[in-house]
Amino acid sequence: MSSSPPLRIEALVKRFGQVTAVDGITLDLHPGECLGLLGPNGAGKSTLIRSIVGRVIPDAGTVSVFGAAADSAGARTALGWVPQELALYPRLTCRENLESFGRYHGLAGRALEQAVAWCLDWAALLDRAKELVKNLSGGMKRRLNMAAGMIHQPELVLMDEPTVGVDPQSRNRIFEMIEKLHAEGMSIIYTTHYMEEAERLCDRIAIVDHGRIIALGAKDELVQSAFASRSEVQARFGSSGDHVGEWVERRGGRYADGVAQFTLEHPTEIAGLLDDAAHSGLELVDVSLRKPNLESVFLHLTGRELRD
Amino acid sequence: MIVAIIRTAMVSLRRDRGALALSFILPVVFFSIFAVIFGGRRDRTPKISVIVVDEDHTRASRLLVKGLEKEGSLVLHTRPEPRKGVQQPEYTAASAEAAVKAGAAPVALIVPHGFGENPISFGGAGTAPSIQLLKDSSDMVASQMIAGLLQKVAMTSMPDVMAEIGSKYMDRYAGGFTPEQRKRIDSGLDHLRREGGQSDGTASAGGEQNAGPISVTTRDVVGENKNNPMVSFYAAAIGVMFLLFTASGAAGSLLDEAESGTLDRVLSSRVTMTTLLAGKLAFSTLLAFSQLVQMFLWAWTVFKLDFLPHIPGFVVMGVSTAFAVGAFGMLLASVCRTRAQLGALSTLVILIMSSIGGSMFPRFLMPEAVQKAGLLTINAWAIDGFTKVFWRDEPVSHLWPQVLVLLVVGVVLFAIARKLARRWEYA
Repeated sequence: MSSSPPLRIEALVKRFGQVTAVDGITLDLHPGECLGLLGPNGAGKSTLIRSIVGRVIPDAGTVSVFGAAADSAGARTALGWVPQELALYPRLTCRENLESFGRYHGLAGRALEQAVAWCLDWAALLDRAKELVKNLSGGMKRRLNMAAGMIHQPELVLMDEPTVGVDPQSRNRIFEMIEKLHAEGMSIIYTTHYMEEAERLCDRIAIVDHGRIIALGAKDELVQSAFASRSEVQARFGSSGDHVGEWVERRGGRYADGVAQFTLEHPTEIAGLLDDAAHSGLELVDVSLRKPNLESVFLHLTGRELRD
Repeated sequence: MIVAIIRTAMVSLRRDRGALALSFILPVVFFSIFAVIFGGRRDRTPKISVIVVDEDHTRASRLLVKGLEKEGSLVLHTRPEPRKGVQQPEYTAASAEAAVKAGAAPVALIVPHGFGENPISFGGAGTAPSIQLLKDSSDMVASQMIAGLLQKVAMTSMPDVMAEIGSKYMDRYAGGFTPEQRKRIDSGLDHLRREGGQSDGTASAGGEQNAGPISVTTRDVVGENKNNPMVSFYAAAIGVMFLLFTASGAAGSLLDEAESGTLDRVLSSRVTMTTLLAGKLAFSTLLAFSQLVQMFLWAWTVFKLDFLPHIPGFVVMGVSTAFAVGAFGMLLASVCRTRAQLGALSTLVILIMSSIGGSMFPRFLMPEAVQKAGLLTINAWAIDGFTKVFWRDEPVSHLWPQVLVLLVVGVVLFAIARKLARRWEYA
């Protein structure tokens, strides 16, 4: 089992009626790696995750976890899953929830006790162990939701948008939990539609759109392959209208929601751009030069914003 | 403003199919059930089974039995139903009593030796041997009705005997008739005897029927020593109905877990769907059994139900009933998509089952067709079993038909629920 990669996905396809949610994805996860699945809502990230957990039966392709088929006993033991929903028993306490899920994974006695203690500590919920879940704050529920996925000490953990609906402070806490796991060598798949999360946490990022991986690599690799040494300029104008859009298009940029975006081979080209705008009678109210990021890569590859 | 509020409420109601069904379908369904049970029959009284034992074998006793046979509201049995095509011997006084105890009929009439010699008991029982009416006191209607019919039939089915006995009373207490009167009476009696054989015995009889000319001794053969006769019936009847509601509510946790995503998480562990459903069924069974225990303990302490001697039978019936009811809840939950649907469907199904299954009123009061339909419900089998235990004092071994049916029903419902639960397993 140890010679096989933590996760291998080959030509995976899943359709729901006429909709193809996963369209031929092939992917390998390296041991100890945190791989981000970045894409907008409806891109197929959750279906991919559910296929790995064995909750979705693919129409084609295979998924193996440390060499074991998805949904096999071996895969279930090796896999931890943090679903997007708060999959907890609201009328049970934090400890009772963790104990229940631990027992469902076959833990008992001392092993269960130790696992529960580790999870409560990891999620910083030791002082809330006896609190009913329904009385916890949103952030605490999220952390307990993550801890419940770790109760059987898996070797690979799948986290499906674990920060949905939490405040920035709680989000930071969650990042620290994941970074701790990562530092200890845990293999992680992390889905998100927040570029900053993927940039902060993930070694490699797979950009997913319409059920396909359209780019895969480390953040810098993705930016490099899409933009090389080019820079991005964002500009806003004092007026709006067709003439602005036409000018932006003529200069090879994109114009949406009152914001124009240009890709420049060299930062010095910005002077020419500003001159041309002035000659065309356009009033610029804000201009910024920035290095391209994952958002730019996604926009570059799909022509759409990440959070569309 | 009020119109806007009404419009919003109407749209909400229209979208809540469960509430809509409860609002409009349930009343119609219930009205129909009650109309069938109490209003849809030509004869107002259901036919009553009566076991008749003629120990006398005289002309008078035969006429009486014949008269009873012709009563449209009675079904007379002089021998048990054939077994494997073999005709059974006629009932004796002992076997008739045993049959009433076993619930084969609510009443048995024993026409004793010597009845024909002196069938009438004007002015008190005197030396007339009494007809014995053996009854199951759980059926309060049947025995009252038969006692009345017996007097009526005596008057109409053997008029010659009545007149002859009447003239004997005249001879004894009023100095007798003159020879001319005697001749006329004898001629009249001959005429009555000739007609008696052809009488349909169904002529209406007016006046008080219970205090009639036939001496009848009534004896409870079932429930005679019960502290509070109907308590055990209602403990079982009401208990089963509420068990059904509890079980469907408990099984509804499946829907909550499916909606919250907890079910997915559980199924991604080592727990399979079969194990999960079996666990839920075990919990529902335990919960339902605990409810029954509580109900019968309450009946014991407050209503003096004779509980302690019947504990073995109670446990056997309680566990079987709780199992069937638990499986029923699992089935309902696996059929429904939401809690609201479950609430509406379970209310509809459980109230229908309870009304025709005997939880709301005893099944013997219902028309035969409805009684038979009641056998399709868990309520009827459970109540029959508990009645055997607490009312008829039958041993545990006699409970096998009810236990078998309840267990088989439980297994079948669980199997169907498991099949339907496949929709939660994989997408």
